Amino acid sequence: MLRFILNPYILKRLISAVPVLLGISVIVFAIMALIPGDPATAILGSYATPENVAALNEDLGLDKPLVQQYFIWLGNMLQGDFGRSFALNRPVLDEVLERFNATLILAGTSFVLCSILGIIAGVVSAANQYGWADKAITFVVLLGISIPSFFLGMMMILTFAVNLRWFPASGMWPIYGSRDIWALIDHLAMPALALSVVATGVIARLSRSAMLEVLRQDFIRTARAKGVHERGVIWRHALRAAMVSIIPVLGVQAGFVLSGAVYIEVVFQWPGLGRMLVDAILRRDILLVQGGVVFVAACYVFFNIVVDVAQSYLDPRIKT
Amino acid sequence: MKLLTLTRRALMAGGAALALGVSSLAPAMAQTPPGVLIVGQVAEPQALDPAAVTAVNDFRILMNVYDGLVRYASGTLEVEPALATDWEISEDGTVYTFTLREGVTFHDGTPFDAEAVVFNFERMLNDDHPYHDTGPFPLAFFFSAVETVEAVDDMTVRFTLNAPYAPFLSNLAYPTGLIVSPQAVMDQGAEFGRNPSGTGPFRFVEWRSNEAVVIEANPDYWDGAPELEAVVFRPITDANTRVAEMLSGGIDLMVEVPPVALSEFQGDAFNIVEQAGPHLWFLILNMREGPFTDQLVRQAANYAINKTALVEEVLEGTAAVAAGPTPPAFAWAYNEDLEPYPYDPDRARELLAEAGVENPSITFYVTEGGSGMLDPVAMGTAIQADLEAVGFDVTIETYEWNTFLGRVNPGLEGEADMAEMAWMTNDPDTLPYLALRTDAFPDAGGFNSGYYSNPEVDALLEEARTATSQERRAELYREMQAIVQEDAPWVFVANWVQNAVTSDRVENFSLEPSFFLLLDDVVKN
Repeated sequence: MLRFILNPYILKRLISAVPVLLGISVIVFAIMALIPGDPATAILGSYATPENVAALNEDLGLDKPLVQQYFIWLGNMLQGDFGRSFALNRPVLDEVLERFNATLILAGTSFVLCSILGIIAGVVSAANQYGWADKAITFVVLLGISIPSFFLGMMMILTFAVNLRWFPASGMWPIYGSRDIWALIDHLAMPALALSVVATGVIARLSRSAMLEVLRQDFIRTARAKGVHERGVIWRHALRAAMVSIIPVLGVQAGFVLSGAVYIEVVFQWPGLGRMLVDAILRRDILLVQGGVVFVAACYVFFNIVVDVAQSYLDPRIKT
Repeated sequence: MKLLTLTRRALMAGGAALALGVSSLAPAMAQTPPGVLIVGQVAEPQALDPAAVTAVNDFRILMNVYDGLVRYASGTLEVEPALATDWEISEDGTVYTFTLREGVTFHDGTPFDAEAVVFNFERMLNDDHPYHDTGPFPLAFFFSAVETVEAVDDMTVRFTLNAPYAPFLSNLAYPTGLIVSPQAVMDQGAEFGRNPSGTGPFRFVEWRSNEAVVIEANPDYWDGAPELEAVVFRPITDANTRVAEMLSGGIDLMVEVPPVALSEFQGDAFNIVEQAGPHLWFLILNMREGPFTDQLVRQAANYAINKTALVEEVLEGTAAVAAGPTPPAFAWAYNEDLEPYPYDPDRARELLAEAGVENPSITFYVTEGGSGMLDPVAMGTAIQADLEAVGFDVTIETYEWNTFLGRVNPGLEGEADMAEMAWMTNDPDTLPYLALRTDAFPDAGGFNSGYYSNPEVDALLEEARTATSQERRAELYREMQAIVQEDAPWVFVANWVQNAVTSDRVENFSLEPSFFLLLDDVVKN
């Protein structure tokens, strides 16, 4: 494990993540400081007199100079203390981890769905270029990319929850009954599908073009000439080569799925990070927004490193 | 925004029609159990510590877990005994002595007594109290008049105020005055807000973050055990999803039904419940500069706006036309003689001509949404159209709620001529005292963002605050309302009629004018 991390390429990528994360912490802190409205006003609502706001800001520790506030926050965070959410009255890290878990289940399922469906659709399309399967897939893909996911989500709720009553309309767990995997799948089916539609389309399109390019290359002709079965040519030889250009797309799509989860989580009331951030921003729950964004950014950076490393293993030319 | 709302409604209707054909084949979904009420809330609660929270959403849970010394009598905003059975007010209105109810225990088994009451108020008001750090307590200023709280004996508590303050009793009935278990605060510290203990009809069971808060019946409740076995509060922030959950049977009761969705609930399967509350939606007019310095122009604005159309068309009947600065929900203090400014564009044009300004141009601050703001963008647009029809030239600037408050609360001078605003209060004193007095200009820490100043109104409000007799207070408030309506520092627009929908399995449910949700008499079959 240690040797794996000490691999110079991986080490280089990990070190380059540090300034990125620091930069993000500065940006998110600055944005929260610059946007009008403050947590005290949000908490006090109608009763936000300057006097009450000042008193509450003092209680919340927001009366200190901004630079000092930033370094206190950063220092605490480096020690694993993300602070306490004003609005939820609990440690930011507890809330973020709990929510992250939910988002991971939703986005993870969607990501697996869209990767598998997208690649299969792309490969089938490419293998039957201009055939009826290609045309049908291209049409469905275009439709999928064009439908906003929140709208699709609302329509799914209306059809499958309100009218057909096949699936629950919202939430992650049943209010009553056991919390087993089937209950989870029951609640997960609609949001995961709604979230994966757009990404599936994008992945299918790019897989198709990547495959078409590979299929024109010499080694494919060689493989065919050597009598490899066409299915073997496509799924074993061509797809493996095409994966080099598909994987970075998957990395980018993972980001889109994560950010798309914000809408889906709101529509399906999924208790994930996206919905948490939306609520936190509206309530000016500064520490929760900052902690949440830094956490998501860290995950995203980490995920990209994983993708790059995976790619370097598939294509040794990258490892320089 | 308007377009989006219409589209959503059209889609709802379209989708419903589309699925009607298949709905007969629908398998019955597992029903929620009888005796357990599932409530669709608008947000995740902040905390279940009454001293620490400010949102109506949280109050809806709290009122079922805790009691105060006094409470609002059902269907009114007048106080009646709760944990205190009786009280005496000194001649000068500064000393309140409460006799407490015997034999009441907190859910954690500790007894309720005078020391518990003292602990509650000391914790909130005294910076040196060992448990003051379980705050912050943003609404502690409700009790800023309290100088001392003492236990006279086991079952008697005495509050001494620094000056007579008539709204004191009604503030005690407000959630900020609910009594928590001192032992639970000592045991839980800062976590008390997630592990509450009170004396109310229901006791806390569990809080699953972002999923549900569960409370169960307290069989030993001093006012009789509730009918329900348990209540589950589910936070569902998206209004469309809340409606979908209600339609699909996932919840039994939902509050704050969007006006456009009300038509979905016509029919036998649902009951719609309505109740006007102590809420006022108004326009603040800038009286320091610009056209609204002239009373005639302010009155013209009041005549020009078609309030009936606003409440009926834009708000689909979820509000009533307001006549003056005090909502009719404060029945005892409301001036029944007040008639709303009628919709009369011709009169508005005459007044503008009389004032010598035929085409005043004004800047109008509109918010995207916020506590009690109803449908502010659609309302702002309709108001703009009405004002332009009589000659005003209105420029709308729209802001997100917190940004909006940050611009409006410090005063409209140099900012705008007119701004939307809404208030929900628990005493007729609160809004005018904080927003209509000369001493309540923003630089003095008040909310008089339009700089209305009338010494007569100032005097009436000061006296009403210190008078100890309710009849005298009522008289003063009625007089104040008539003067303010004539002076027209605001355009008085609407009083929110709060609504809720229950499934046909729910009985005995009604909404309170206080906007609290009281569930101890509710039955679910």
